[in-house]
Amino acid sequence: MPTHHPFSELLYTLLGTITDVLPIALIIFGFQLFVLHKPIPRIGRVLAGFAYVLIGLAFFLEGLELALFPLGKLMAAQLTDPAFIASVTHHVNSLDWWDYPWVYLFAFAIGFATTIAEPALLAVAIKANQVSAGTIGVMGLRVAVALGVAIGIALGTYRIVSGTPLHWYIIVGYVVVVIQTYFAPRIIIALAYDSGGVTTSTVTVPLVAALGLGLASTVPGRSALLDGFGLIAFASLFPMMTVMAYAQLSEWRARRASGAN
Amino acid sequence: MRAVDNLKHLLAPLLSGARDLLPIVLVIAFFQLAVLQQPIPNVGELLLGTLFVMIGLALFVRGLEMGLFPVGENMAYAFASKGSLSWLLLFAFALGFGTTVAEPALIAVAAEAAEVAAAGQMIAHTAQAKEDYADGLRLTVAVSVGFAIVIGVLRIIRGWPIHYLIIAGYIGVIIMTAFAPPEIIGIAYDSGGVTTSTITVPLVTALGVGLASSIKGRNPMIDGFGLIAFASLTPMIFVMAYGMVI
Repeated sequence: MPTHHPFSELLYTLLGTITDVLPIALIIFGFQLFVLHKPIPRIGRVLAGFAYVLIGLAFFLEGLELALFPLGKLMAAQLTDPAFIASVTHHVNSLDWWDYPWVYLFAFAIGFATTIAEPALLAVAIKANQVSAGTIGVMGLRVAVALGVAIGIALGTYRIVSGTPLHWYIIVGYVVVVIQTYFAPRIIIALAYDSGGVTTSTVTVPLVAALGLGLASTVPGRSALLDGFGLIAFASLFPMMTVMAYAQLSEWRARRASGAN
Repeated sequence: MRAVDNLKHLLAPLLSGARDLLPIVLVIAFFQLAVLQQPIPNVGELLLGTLFVMIGLALFVRGLEMGLFPVGENMAYAFASKGSLSWLLLFAFALGFGTTVAEPALIAVAAEAAEVAAAGQMIAHTAQAKEDYADGLRLTVAVSVGFAIVIGVLRIIRGWPIHYLIIAGYIGVIIMTAFAPPEIIGIAYDSGGVTTSTITVPLVTALGVGLASSIKGRNPMIDGFGLIAFASLTPMIFVMAYGMVI
C-alpha cells in the first residue's frame, strides 16, 4: 500500500472541495458585482463562512475516508460474496432472494445511518426548522428521511437480487407519492419533494454504490454495468413517502389529542 | 466566563457531530464483529477519522449559518428588490448549471454510463467515444439542472402549486421510460439523485426561502422549498432523451 499521511490527504481533499466551490463562488460574486451592483453585506463574515464550509467538508470527507469508507466498502463486498452467502445458507446451488437476509439488513441499516450523517440533509433540516418556527423538528425530519432511504436501499437490493425491472418500482412509487400528496398537510409537500434529492450525497453514495456494484457482480445472471444502477433512485424516492407519512402522522396525533380534550 | 462560553460553543457542535456519526459506527461494528466475525482493523485510523468527521460537521454547520444561508437569502432579496425577472432567471440557470457541471459524483456516474453505453454497443468501444459520451451526458445533466432551477424560481414567483408541476414531471419520466433504450434507464433514474451537492443544497434552499419571503403573498414553507425537487426530476427526463438521441 502506498503511504497516505492523513494530513497531506486532508490538504488534497481541501483542494478538491475548493475547485468544486469555485464555479459557485464565481457565479455569486459575478452577479453581485456586475448585475446587482451591490456589495455583499458583512462580506468578511460571509467569506469566513465559506472557508468554514470548505475546511469542514474537507475534514468530513477525509474523516470518512480514514474511518469508515474502506471498511464499509469491504463489508459490502464481503456480505455479497458467494462464499459468505453459502456459509449462511449452507448451499450454493440455485440461490433465491431469501438467501440474502444480511444484505437486506445491511442495506437498511447503512442507508439509515449514512443519511443521519448527511450534511446536506442537516442543512435543509436546519432551514426547515427555522422557517416553520420550530414546528418541524431537525431530528424528526432527519429520522423520517433516513427511514425512507433505509427502506429504499433495502428494496433496491432486493430488486437487484431478484432481477425485476427498475421502472415498475419507480412508477408504483410515483403513484403512491401522488396519492399521498392529496392527503398530506400542504405545508410539508414541497419539503417532502425536496427531501428526495438531498438525501444522496457525500456519505450515502459511495457506500451504496459499493453495495450495488458488489451485488450486481456476484448475483448469478446480473451484470454490474446494467443492474448496478438504481439504488440511488430508490433512495431518492422513498424519503418523499416517509416525510409525508411523518407529517400525516403528526397531524393525526395532534387532531386526536385535541379531539380527546 | 467568556472562556467557558467559548468552550461550550466549540464543544456542543462537536458532540452533535459525534451523535450524527454514531449510527454508522454502530452498523459497521455490528456487521464486522457479529455477522462477518472479524476484528476491526486500524483502530487508530478509525478514531482519528471520527475526530475529523466531528470537526468537519461542526465547521460545516457554523459556515452554513455564516456564509451559505445569508448569501442565498441576500441574493434573493437583492433580485426581488431589483425587480428584473430576466436577470433572476439567468442567475437561476447559471447557479444550476455551474454547480452541477463540475460535480464529482456526476463525473463518476457519467464515466460509468459511458462504459454501459459501450458495452451495450450504443457507442464505439474507444476511449475517445466514451469521453465524448460522458462529456455530453454531463452537459445534458447540467443544462437540465439549470432549467430545473429556472422553472422552480418561476414557480415561486408565480405561486404555482408544486404538485402539479411534479406530477407533470413524473408523467414525463414515465413516457420517456417507454421510449428510452433500456441500458440508459438505470443511469437516468440515478442521475436525478447525484446532481445536488452538499454546497448546492443549502445555497439553493436559502435562495428559494429568501425569494418566497420577499414576495408578497408567498409562504416560505409552502413556496420556498421545492427547488431541489425540480433539480432531481429534470435530469431523469433529459438523460433519457440524451440516450434516445445518441
